[in-house]
Amino acid sequence: MRYLPLTDTDRTAMLDTIGAPSVDALFADIAPAQYLGGPIEGLPLHATEMAVEKHMRALSQQNLAAGDAPFFCGAGAYRHHVPATVDHLIQRGEFLTAYTPYQPEIAQGTLQMLFEFQSQVARLYGCAVANASMYDGSTACWEAIVMAGRQTKRNRVLIDGGLHPHYVGVAQTMAKFTHAEIAYEPPVVEADAGEEALIARIDETTSCVVVQYPDIIGRVPDLARIAEAAHAAGALLIAVNTEPVALGALEAPGNLGADIVVGEGQSIGVGLQFGGPYLGLFAVRDSKLVRQMPGRLCGETVDADGKRGFVLTLSTREQHIRREKATSNICTNSGLCALAFSIHMTLLGEKGLNGLAAENHRLACLAADKLAAVPGIEVVNEVFFNEFTLRLPVESRPLVRALAEKGVLAGVSLGRLFPDADALANGLVVAVTETTNEADIDALCSALTEELA
Amino acid sequence: MNKPINQSGWRPGTPMASEDAGAHPTVTGNKALMLEEPLIFEIGNAETTGVDLPQAKGDTASRLGSHARKGPIGLPGLSEPETVRHYTRLSRQNYAIDLGLFPLGSCTMKHNPRLNEKVARMPGFADVHPLQPVDTVRGALGVINELAHWLIELTGMHGVAMTPKAGAHGELCGILCIRAALEARGDAREVILVPESAHGTNPATAAFAGYKVEDIPANAEGRVDLEALKARLGPDVAGVMITNPNTCGLFERDMKAISDAVHAAGGFVYCDGANFNAIMGRVRPGDLGIDAMHINLHKTFSTPHGGGGPGSGPVVLSEALSPFGPLPFTAKMSDGIIQLVEEENASEHGHKQAFGRMTAFHGQMGMFTRALTYILSHGADGLRQASGDAVLNANYILRSLDDVLDAPFGKTGPCMHEALFGDAGFAEGMSTLDLAKGLIDEGFHPMTMYFPLVVHGAMLIEPTETESKAGIDQFVMAMRSLAERARAGDEALKTAPHHAPRARLDEAMAARKPRLAWSEPEVAPGSGNYEIPGAG
Amino acid sequence: MARYFTEEHEWIEVDGDTATVGITDHAQEQLGDIVFVEVPEAGKELTKGGEAAVVESVKAASDVYAPIAGTVIEGNAALEGDPELVNTSPEADGWFFKMTIADKGELDGLMDAEGYKSFCDSL
Repeated sequence: MRYLPLTDTDRTAMLDTIGAPSVDALFADIAPAQYLGGPIEGLPLHATEMAVEKHMRALSQQNLAAGDAPFFCGAGAYRHHVPATVDHLIQRGEFLTAYTPYQPEIAQGTLQMLFEFQSQVARLYGCAVANASMYDGSTACWEAIVMAGRQTKRNRVLIDGGLHPHYVGVAQTMAKFTHAEIAYEPPVVEADAGEEALIARIDETTSCVVVQYPDIIGRVPDLARIAEAAHAAGALLIAVNTEPVALGALEAPGNLGADIVVGEGQSIGVGLQFGGPYLGLFAVRDSKLVRQMPGRLCGETVDADGKRGFVLTLSTREQHIRREKATSNICTNSGLCALAFSIHMTLLGEKGLNGLAAENHRLACLAADKLAAVPGIEVVNEVFFNEFTLRLPVESRPLVRALAEKGVLAGVSLGRLFPDADALANGLVVAVTETTNEADIDALCSALTEELA
Repeated sequence: MNKPINQSGWRPGTPMASEDAGAHPTVTGNKALMLEEPLIFEIGNAETTGVDLPQAKGDTASRLGSHARKGPIGLPGLSEPETVRHYTRLSRQNYAIDLGLFPLGSCTMKHNPRLNEKVARMPGFADVHPLQPVDTVRGALGVINELAHWLIELTGMHGVAMTPKAGAHGELCGILCIRAALEARGDAREVILVPESAHGTNPATAAFAGYKVEDIPANAEGRVDLEALKARLGPDVAGVMITNPNTCGLFERDMKAISDAVHAAGGFVYCDGANFNAIMGRVRPGDLGIDAMHINLHKTFSTPHGGGGPGSGPVVLSEALSPFGPLPFTAKMSDGIIQLVEEENASEHGHKQAFGRMTAFHGQMGMFTRALTYILSHGADGLRQASGDAVLNANYILRSLDDVLDAPFGKTGPCMHEALFGDAGFAEGMSTLDLAKGLIDEGFHPMTMYFPLVVHGAMLIEPTETESKAGIDQFVMAMRSLAERARAGDEALKTAPHHAPRARLDEAMAARKPRLAWSEPEVAPGSGNYEIPGAG
Repeated sequence: MARYFTEEHEWIEVDGDTATVGITDHAQEQLGDIVFVEVPEAGKELTKGGEAAVVESVKAASDVYAPIAGTVIEGNAALEGDPELVNTSPEADGWFFKMTIADKGELDGLMDAEGYKSFCDSL
């Protein structure tokens, strides 16, 4: 077996040193009734690199890759071009095969990268401090809700209808066990983001208000107004962003008064990967909240010779020290995805991110205008970044399937996202990025025209 | 809030940083292949970009409304060559499995095959959206299902929840399954029992799920005290969380009896699967009565640690717990088609008791492709050989060092895949930390230290199966030398490492005055050594 | 004024109807470099043996328990900016909080300086 260096000669010599007659003898603590004497039956035996690659390639070819079709899916995961440099650098063994940097003397590469990453995220979000990443946007969102409960000592969570329904689902699942009380209604598909109605539901028992920016419909809620109302009631505003490229064009949530800003970082550097691994981003506007934050934090310090260096710090918040008193049970962050994000963001820089955002917005506007001209289709949004919602004359879910058969991945149907909400069944969320070209947009328009005729 | 980028033009590594370079100072602070690297904020600027964007054609009216950004973000950009150099230089300050032995107990730092990486990057896996119509992602569902099948067969369990994103997330999934199962039968129990030697995530997870945590006592040989456990079981105990092999590197011989006792008292058994690498293909947790166990794909199945994630923690479940596993999941139908089960079709697939959703999409697909590739490469025979070699390597280290290091549980028999030592016999003032930092100078990553808590100055060494005998012999030689130095009280160890990119770092300073994001330094360019503001 | 000690390594100095509480020199030595202290807010009701404050070093976090029942009068604000005061002056400037004394009888079970010294020697 190509991954196992020991030879039979080695094994014999080592068993001699140990004083054991066989490798099986080393497993003597397992009762004979339960010990497996040979390979588990019914499973294949070892295979060559060629054979495994062939098997996996065959599976991969049963999927329609986004790059092989006009592609308009978004709703929390976005297809962006990732420069070849990113993938090359994250595959350097010193990054790829390193452990969590608990030994800072020999992990400055990862640590400095994390410090840079935290600084980039904090700036992008308009916050003072960001952590070293979390599993994904949905778990980061839940952790923010838990943190707000700790901070305000209240347990009523007001979730805006515009939050991604899977994020809501995660929060509802976890709340069942932690006794947080979740107030949530699915969105109304109209141009107005519904800030007025949301504000009316904030009260003195509200721990936090959770608002996605831009939201699942593609609208851009007025965070400053919501922040003001939340703060007046002693509640925190949690802003959730699932498309970081949008923040190249939109005001940063922290600058609008959001207290905790969380989100999905997948768009920058990570790729679609059928949903994971992704990259949870987590930041707080006021550095006073740092000790309530979940997740790893990297900080600057000096070494014994006075040289600048970086370490994981404030680790007393974490499970390996606090055990049942930890701020979160999370142990792993999303280090390699954070590296990919940071490299891509460094390649972009301020100028590149602004340009990328502008290009996304331009193409999305173009697509919205062309789609609005398709008979029977109405564009719901007045305001959007690179994603907007169509109201169709028919149920969107079967339509999306029919278009997929024609080789067009038309977007994400609200029917799939909200299976229980009949009022949303005709909604289709369409995302347009720099990877979409005008020919793709035309292909979508004509496929829709044909299908709706 | 947003500060301008590097207005002062200050950067480290210029002449002032060189005075500690020993007998042969350099003006740059660099030492041949060891290159100091400033932060991107110190070398980048707002005008530079390493990405060429398409030239915008035509113009459309903005739909951003009143929400357009008003000021700069403050993000530095680098050109492509500068970017490559920056991250390449940083990478060289890291230790990694690709460089050498990584004996971190309970972390299973094994070789990461590159075929895994190649497969994960096939466009049919890497470039697929999680919400594409199901008919366009049959191969992706096939990967999830095929991996699920292997995990079930290898563990002898009934079902598997694939979505948890890492070990601790998997633990939470397992505990929530237990809680949902108890609630479904109207049985409110409040206590989870956890051994003192457990990973800190175990009590943190149980507490997060709303349980009170109590210790399970251990016996003198480092295993769970079965009689004491039995005495504690009762109608208030929801379950136990046990690590097997345990964190002392020993197999819990009484596991089946423990499970039977817990079940008889109406509770469930959670097993922390962090150490599955020791027993893969040798014993099936299902045969030991376990109800739920997470599997760290980033440990046992070689998906890369990536400097701290991403991980992946599928949870195998017993027949009693399977109906409660979270959505979404895949299931093979009688017609052979693999179905994606989500909220809307959970009832029709007999899964209406699912406790909910733990993550937005389908779990760590990129890790699934890698883990399946690894498993198919090994096959049932190779996986069994892997656990055998892992245990052989650990026992070889145990017996090669137990005359110079105290092995508190090593006398009574073999260990599993990790060897545990304590600091008994070290000279006054010498610590496990000193020995571990000495190991850095010898070219190895330190072992897991001060864990488990039940052994004073614990050193937990897990070589894994992907080390050669020659590599291990060199490690043993280094360890024997360091053990002698620690016993003799060699003062030079107290300031080790001496050859790493950095000497010991001041962690107290980092925690007292946290500096967690870059901001403009409060020194003028070229004015001397850089000092952290407020660090005094 | 009288100073008492607990087996949890807190000291409590009684001055009339109020008391000042901190952790002992032995405790700070065991904890190592103190990096953060969370002191209770004025008005907080404390029960004997209940959690009153948190002290964190680089490697450990510990709860500080109320040696007796009472109400917090004041937390030591200086510890927020200078947690290292607990290392440099554990039994003076590094005090944690001042409290009222609900029941002077509760002091009877505590150790005096000599008793605490022999307690530490026995550890």
